[in-house]
Amino acid sequence: MSQQTIVPDSEHAPPDSPPGDARPTRGDSSPARNFGKGFLVKLAIVALIDAVGLYGILTAIAVEQWAIMAFLALALVAVNWIYFSRRTLPAKYLLPGLLFLLVYVVFTAAYTGYVAFTNYGDGHNSTKQDAVAAILAQNEQRVEGSAAFPLTVLSRDDQLAFAIVRDGEALVGTAEDPLAPAQGAKVEADRVTEVPDWQVLGFAEIAQRQQEIVGLRVPASDDPADGSLRTQDASTGYLYESVMAYDEDADTMTNTQTGVVYSPNEHGQFQAEDGSTISPGWRVTVGFENFTRAFSDDRLRGPFIEIFLWNFAFALFSVLSTFVLGLFLAVVFNDPRVRGRKLLRALLILPYAVPAFLSALVWKGMLNTRSGFLNQVILGGADIGWLSDPWLAKLSVLGVNLWLGFPYMFIVCTGALQSIPSDVYESARMDGAKPWRLMRSITLPLLMVSVAPLLVASFAFNFNNFSLIYMLTGGGPNFVGTPVVIGHTDILISMVYSIAFESGLKQYGFASALSILIFLLVGAISWWGFRRTRRLEEL
Amino acid sequence: MTTQTARATSTKAAGTGLRPSGTRGRRWWREVSWRYLVAVVMIVVCVTPLLYVISASLNPGGTLVGSNDLFRTVSGENFAELEARGFWGWLGNSLVVCTVTAIGTVLMGAAAAYAFSRFRFKGREQGLTGLLLAQMFPQTLAFVAIFLLLLTLKDVFPALGLDSLLGLICVYLGGALGVNTFLMYGFFNSIPRELDEAAKMDGATHTQIYWTIILRLVTPILAVVGLLSFISSFGDFLIAKVVLQRSENWTVAVGLYSLAADERTAPWGVFAAGAVIAAVPVVLLFLFLQKYIVGGLTAGSVKG
Repeated sequence: MSQQTIVPDSEHAPPDSPPGDARPTRGDSSPARNFGKGFLVKLAIVALIDAVGLYGILTAIAVEQWAIMAFLALALVAVNWIYFSRRTLPAKYLLPGLLFLLVYVVFTAAYTGYVAFTNYGDGHNSTKQDAVAAILAQNEQRVEGSAAFPLTVLSRDDQLAFAIVRDGEALVGTAEDPLAPAQGAKVEADRVTEVPDWQVLGFAEIAQRQQEIVGLRVPASDDPADGSLRTQDASTGYLYESVMAYDEDADTMTNTQTGVVYSPNEHGQFQAEDGSTISPGWRVTVGFENFTRAFSDDRLRGPFIEIFLWNFAFALFSVLSTFVLGLFLAVVFNDPRVRGRKLLRALLILPYAVPAFLSALVWKGMLNTRSGFLNQVILGGADIGWLSDPWLAKLSVLGVNLWLGFPYMFIVCTGALQSIPSDVYESARMDGAKPWRLMRSITLPLLMVSVAPLLVASFAFNFNNFSLIYMLTGGGPNFVGTPVVIGHTDILISMVYSIAFESGLKQYGFASALSILIFLLVGAISWWGFRRTRRLEEL
Repeated sequence: MTTQTARATSTKAAGTGLRPSGTRGRRWWREVSWRYLVAVVMIVVCVTPLLYVISASLNPGGTLVGSNDLFRTVSGENFAELEARGFWGWLGNSLVVCTVTAIGTVLMGAAAAYAFSRFRFKGREQGLTGLLLAQMFPQTLAFVAIFLLLLTLKDVFPALGLDSLLGLICVYLGGALGVNTFLMYGFFNSIPRELDEAAKMDGATHTQIYWTIILRLVTPILAVVGLLSFISSFGDFLIAKVVLQRSENWTVAVGLYSLAADERTAPWGVFAAGAVIAAVPVVLLFLFLQKYIVGGLTAGSVKG
């Protein structure tokens, strides 16, 4: 594509003018020729996409990601068909955006729905097969009376490997690749001294990377049950085997030392008869457990209900307070007798123009109890816990959100006020209407027609106003004794974040279930709100 | 909170306001003067926090406590310190991510709006409704799934996976067809169809009509959409925080948060300096292009 424009080519008529400019100058040439250049560009782009897609398909096969492979294959077929068929005109324009929408919005929404019904999270991260391998690896012990192998530590590009001699054959293995015969290795007195492409570590380097070496586990073979080679001193290696044995036919895990038999339970873990389980487990679907958990867990129920109610109160008060203040200011400054309204508007818009996350962080500093600007300077050394007292923190969040949000309502209301024709007011005044009456019977109803949908949108936005809460209070002050880290000013979305990433144990399933809950709540309220404002019908 | 200063300046404002006013005497005092009082109070409320940050950014070695005396000392020390903290890298990342996202959003959104506005095809109505429905599930709600998706994508396309700017851009582009498409759809509809029909008669292909006629006529809305997209991805914290992991890959939002996260030990002056630099371009954009942005905002999107 770029070649066409850079390399001067006398055969192609104006080589570096865009296709659009070419049209008027050669209006009478055949359409096929016009088509030619665009076609080449299209060919190049589609070829590039095909190449990347094909690369993706091959890698996906290599790492066994079948879903990605299938999607890529379908997408490639769609791209090629749509851009080379003559009957798919609208799709040519829709496809690029649609592909992104499908992957990053539709798929993620559906996947959130799926994860909500699983116990995906730390301890249940992967498939059962992976869990079995992990359990076998984690429960390895040195085999009693097994042979000691003189061991050599090797390195290549920061990667460590062990080399030993077994049955007269030199073997090399790393954490990922099991022990395998090494071609061309030199052996002296049962110890490997040289391996092509690998560097033998000396004393100094061994001392430096001691922890890494002691932690290294080289699988003896592809089968996790065969155990692994490990070392304590970097000079002698021992064969370790798992005390756990997995019986594939019976689908049970047996501890060969104690004889306890573990069988899989419905939460994706191996469980013994006495109820003890082995970690890690694997991912299974758990039905509605994630959805009911917030209510069934005693330590979570109270805080969850408080967060739930606060979330509604926060969104509602935020919308109302910003709207009332914005409308008030709009009415006050819509008077033509007020001078400098343009400058005034520019100044009042400032809080809204500054990125919200920055303002929230600044306010967090200003509201600090001991050294914040508000306590120290404006209140002359007061000691008020603006962000550390549960109720004051809520008040602060609302106050800061009012500061952040009123300019938006101010702008919107000013615009709406100016669009109300003045003769309506004049005739009402003729009929003897007082200012208050004008406001209630003319301004507000007419204003609401255009502003009401924005109030609904603002509610939906504030309901999930994550960055304000996270930046200003971080959800704090925290509840005591809850199984996840949540606080008095947390709203549902910040609670989701905490459950998914910040509560020690990552619980994607539970977090996704709460996301779905939020979606249903906000969706239902917005739908009802937009129906009321008859916005949906405008389509 | 601001009564003292407000009272002091209000008399001044009222005094100066008297002269140019057309209305004279008692009536002016009763109906107009108090509006200036409100104006002064609101300006103080709006501007104080901003003055505070600017002052803190100029206060050398500033901690939270030291930032309270406004404009006591003035030095560029904090701004020089930004480099050591990696701020310029974050700013660069943010600019790259937001610019590419804005351009992508405009191109894809405009193409979709063109298709919906100019072609009549099977599933058009359903497509429009579907777009509206897809927006009901905002990306902020799906951040867990986005994290897991990018975790898996990393195995196939490392450049699209976690901790990659391109990966983040792609996530943002997922929202390209959305509010913006409706905004543009309305605008496209206002361009008379006779124009493209005439061009078609002259032998123009649909690509030529799109690139050379329609796109030139809708340039204002393209600018608005690009600007809104830029501002909203510039202000996004949640998804950037979830996707980007190493500090050299952070955007401004994630980076500045890390500076101010713990207010007791935070390098408050350095944070303030970064905040000023990050905010100034956006604020200027806002003030100069107020008219356009407000038009876009009232058409239904709320800034993030």
